[in-house]
Amino acid sequence: MTTPSIEVEQAPSVQYLLRLADTALILGQRLGEWCGHAPVLEEDIALSNIALDLIGQSRALLARAGQLGGQGLHEDQLAFLREERDYRNVTMVELPNSGSVGPSRPGDFAFTVLRNAMMATWFRLIWERLRESSDSELAAIAGKAVKEARYHQQHSCDWVVRLGDGTDDSARRLRAALDTLWRYSPELFESDDVDSWAAANGIGPRWDTLREPWRSEMKALFDEARLPMPADTAFRSTGKRGVHSEHMGYILTDMQYLQRAYPGGAW
Amino acid sequence: MNSNQNAANQSSLNEWPLWEVFVRSKSGLDHKHCGSLHAADPQMAIQLARDVYTRRLEGCSVWVVRSDQIVASDPADKGMYFDPMEDKVYRHPTFYKLPSEVDHM
Amino acid sequence: MYTQAMDQQPKEERERKAVRSVEEVELERRFDAKIDAGDFIEAKDWMPDHYRKTLLRQISQHAHSEIVGMLPEGNWITRAPTLKRKAILLAKVQDEGGHGLYLYAAAETLGTSRDQMIDALHSGKAKYSSIFNYPTLTWADIGTIGWLVDGAAIMNQVPICRCSYAPYARAMIRICREESFHQRQGFDALLVMMRDGTPEQRAMVQDAVNRWWWPSIMMFGPPDDQSPNSAQGMRWGIKRVSNDTLRQRFVDATVEQAKVLGVTLPDPDLKWNAEREHYDFGAIDWDEFKRVIAGEGPCNRERLATRQKAWDDGAWVRDAALAYARKQATKQEAA
Repeated sequence: MTTPSIEVEQAPSVQYLLRLADTALILGQRLGEWCGHAPVLEEDIALSNIALDLIGQSRALLARAGQLGGQGLHEDQLAFLREERDYRNVTMVELPNSGSVGPSRPGDFAFTVLRNAMMATWFRLIWERLRESSDSELAAIAGKAVKEARYHQQHSCDWVVRLGDGTDDSARRLRAALDTLWRYSPELFESDDVDSWAAANGIGPRWDTLREPWRSEMKALFDEARLPMPADTAFRSTGKRGVHSEHMGYILTDMQYLQRAYPGGAW
Repeated sequence: MNSNQNAANQSSLNEWPLWEVFVRSKSGLDHKHCGSLHAADPQMAIQLARDVYTRRLEGCSVWVVRSDQIVASDPADKGMYFDPMEDKVYRHPTFYKLPSEVDHM
Repeated sequence: MYTQAMDQQPKEERERKAVRSVEEVELERRFDAKIDAGDFIEAKDWMPDHYRKTLLRQISQHAHSEIVGMLPEGNWITRAPTLKRKAILLAKVQDEGGHGLYLYAAAETLGTSRDQMIDALHSGKAKYSSIFNYPTLTWADIGTIGWLVDGAAIMNQVPICRCSYAPYARAMIRICREESFHQRQGFDALLVMMRDGTPEQRAMVQDAVNRWWWPSIMMFGPPDDQSPNSAQGMRWGIKRVSNDTLRQRFVDATVEQAKVLGVTLPDPDLKWNAEREHYDFGAIDWDEFKRVIAGEGPCNRERLATRQKAWDDGAWVRDAALAYARKQATKQEAA
């Protein structure tokens, strides 16, 4: 016997939050895998700090999403009992820590810090705008989260520069990481009915409004890190719509195991 | 130099330098020495100091100083005859200056 | 407590120089007087070579224990059953990393670099607490580690806050302040399962306790009559309480806690002795302890190999950071 999955409301008010919540959750999940394996003890602490912040953000967002949906779902029901197709994180964050082919443990530090830099910059931009949300709870969450995102951005961008302008070996690894990650970035700037609804109701920005500011910050980062601005490709990832990469299933197998295996359990 | 210090110098060539961390936990208080950490550059040292030494504190200020930059006084009760120590804080082998051929890359 | 078993001094260090200088005798006299007066020894102070080496071994092995300890617990971060438990476990493991860092910092004041200490760990020369050579097989293992292992650690750490070597004492005070939540969260995680959980969860908890009880009481090290160096450690204010005393304290406290949880401790000889006013407990399998300390426990090889791999895999990162820092320093000087 296993715990059955829950159904999630498709209303844009819920979906807009789930995209953010799941992106934070899955990125936090990936960063948690680094614990005990970082290149130096100080970075073990720094990476798990970032993971903790992201998990915290996802908890707050999931709780809010649960309130807005009609079923009064709890953060853990949403986090642990959805079917894969109902998770709305962007594909970039579910990729293993070493790249799109994997493995996740051991991770590749260049891939990890570059993804952190891209995501932290994106999160900072959207949290800044969400501070003005007509949903006062979301605005409050954003007020706290934006400070965390600023710190994550500083930490990861500093590392990108160190690796880009460090040794030939570190620069090579960073370029390889950029080559993979750039292809997954367009998804962060696609808009549809969900965020059109959110913008129209003052809840939060359309994701496509983040593209230009993000690109300009990335350009400044890449210049300092001696990275080329990559060419755009036609590749589009679709995690936000619930159609994930092959990696997502393994993440959920891990993450959901106890809740599924111990129906009715108390934790 | 004994062989222990020789070995230490060798490993020190690739080791991140040591920094001492001072934290002011609340406005109005002094910065207090709380320990040390290894970091490659000042920016990293400050960030790591916040990650490591201020996890449970709010609104604080952090100073980091390279350990080999600290000059300390001699303890008061040591006469010169009995005190073989240098006036650096720690007898830390990695405080020795790097040989010039690897000092700049 | 991670160091109770490890104050074994290698034979060659026990040999004393036949003749010591007048100065050295006088310095040692002053040193002993300081210890007897309850004064602190700081990093710059003169200290006997044996004191320095003993402390270095004890502190660095304590640090290694914290770092290796991140692995069995880190094993369950991605599988934590709720977001709250995931966050708590992440924070706890992060704390342990931080504790390791404070301890490496304290050890470095004695004249060894962190890289040298890490090298000693990876080569097998330095030891770490035996307990972390056991596998975490279920979620209940995580709660049990918090309850028993952290409980034992706290029992040992509080006296070390009064250690004569001040950098170590200060690190321990810092650690003890942060440690309080570690044991509580473990006990809480188990209590929820025992009190409100399903029969399967209760069975999971009992199974974990069955596997972790004996290794936990072995953490306090060999019996006092097999710990010849304890006396010197006590004389110098490094070791404050004996292995057997700490072990007894731990058993007494834990039996009561086990009753609250509703678990059975896997020792049929465990019973209250009204005359001693302590719990009697059964014979410890010291062969198992020796095996584990000698490197043949369930996870020894894997723990070390994991740490070695993380270190090796990270070399290019550390090198890159140094290269960048040196380039920046050169630019600054040229400016």
